[in-house]
Amino acid sequence: MVSAGVKFSILGLHVHYGKLCALRDLSLDIRANEIFTVIGPANSGKTTFLHALNRLVDLVPDCRLSGEVRLDGVNIRAGLEVEALRRKVGIVFALPLPLPISIFENVVYGLRMQGIRDPRLLDEAVERSLRESYLWDEVKDRLRTPAMNLSGGQQQRLCMARILAGQPDVLLFDEPTSGLDPISTARIEETMLDLKEKYTIVLVTNNVAQAARVGERTAFFLMGDLVEVSATSKMFTTPVDSRTSDYITGKFG
Amino acid sequence: MSARLAQKIAFAVLLLATLLVVFPVIIILGIIVAKGASAISWEFLFSMPRDGMTAGGIFPAILGTLYLVLGAVLFAVPLGVLAAVYLVEYSSDNWFSRLVKLAIVNLAGVPSVVYGLFGLGIFVTFFRFGASILSGSLTLGIMILPVIITSAREALESVPRHFRTVSLSLGASHWQTIRHSVLPHALPGILTGMILGLGRAAGETAPILFTVAAFYLPRLPQSVFDQTMALPYHLYVISTQVPGIAENVRYGTALVLLTLVLLLNLAAILLRSRFRRKKKW
Repeated sequence: MVSAGVKFSILGLHVHYGKLCALRDLSLDIRANEIFTVIGPANSGKTTFLHALNRLVDLVPDCRLSGEVRLDGVNIRAGLEVEALRRKVGIVFALPLPLPISIFENVVYGLRMQGIRDPRLLDEAVERSLRESYLWDEVKDRLRTPAMNLSGGQQQRLCMARILAGQPDVLLFDEPTSGLDPISTARIEETMLDLKEKYTIVLVTNNVAQAARVGERTAFFLMGDLVEVSATSKMFTTPVDSRTSDYITGKFG
Repeated sequence: MSARLAQKIAFAVLLLATLLVVFPVIIILGIIVAKGASAISWEFLFSMPRDGMTAGGIFPAILGTLYLVLGAVLFAVPLGVLAAVYLVEYSSDNWFSRLVKLAIVNLAGVPSVVYGLFGLGIFVTFFRFGASILSGSLTLGIMILPVIITSAREALESVPRHFRTVSLSLGASHWQTIRHSVLPHALPGILTGMILGLGRAAGETAPILFTVAAFYLPRLPQSVFDQTMALPYHLYVISTQVPGIAENVRYGTALVLLTLVLLLNLAAILLRSRFRRKKKW
């Protein structure tokens, strides 16, 4: 059964790294075309949560998982090739991590790996995705120059364009503005608000104010437990759990 | 003693140590050039030896060494790089991969004459390749394999982890990630290993002694199953085994060997810096 409007549904997810438990019995739904924000102090399992959604946790050798994650009702560990899953569920990391190749090649990397060679298709994808991430005007004349020459904020928008080129369903953002100045941060946030028309966005942030600015629903993680999940406006005005109110008012974290 | 004085003494000691390293190299090169340069001529480089190797050139030895080095590299580089890719990118840290790594380290410490005997036993006798360019190349190839594997491993490990994570997160498969986001960036380091291997393969005498090198051949090798003359062995022969060879011929041969190794290295270094310029991170 797929209930309408649910993109991801997570059922009883446990994640262990060796003996360490990173996520404990997590169950929640992420709705299509919402910005779902995840807040919590360091080591609360936020990044693990994102990496469980596109199976990047598989790269950690001693990682064990139980429970189920469904994307559009399909178990991501059974009904889908991992490469296809990662194309549908793109991720932007905390630091801008362009590959040491040209801007153009960064954007089309995923498409090339799918075997797309047609130059016209690649050109179109580059322009479309760079426009979507508001980088096109700044780089359209130097697409063949190294991506490493861009500023940090531009690099991070390039990383967004890179996943948009593959026409994903879901965008995962892992503290995408933690290394950026306030102006670059504002641009990234504006971009996210635009992108939610077409994509489902999951934003992990350690900046509580950012969650309040862009989130529609927010989950609060603490030490691997989901403490509370509710509409962002509700969480920031009348949180149910006292730990949530302590965290968002800055008593710890 | 004041700190300034202590610093001066320390600098002096460091400088002296550095000079002591450079000094012998300069002296060796100086002697070889001074005594051998007069032998170098077009005829010396490009003609066959005559009159019991006392006259004529050393062309077959130069050509033989080029064949052997080329053969060794053709064999050892692909094999070594593939092994390194397996060790770094595929194998987990278990007893098997630790055993392989230990074997590689030990292989690097084996004396070259042992490789020669090994080559004699395996390639010459067991596989019946006879004393031939094939046997010699394979023996030299196995000798330089540890150098190639070790430097390729280091090159692969020095490619930042996040290149792999990013590539995989964009939907690339494991092999695509290695092929497009790891190997291209490890190439300069892999070439460094090849350079080191080249130099060593060109200069070694013991591994080719039993497997390929000929005392004297009146004609050039026609196939990989022929024996060949080679510079290091030829140098040994004319220096100790054949009386009445002019001194400048012996030093001239050494000079040619040195120059050949230098040229091979130079070519590889140029190639490497080309790749380095293209890749930046």
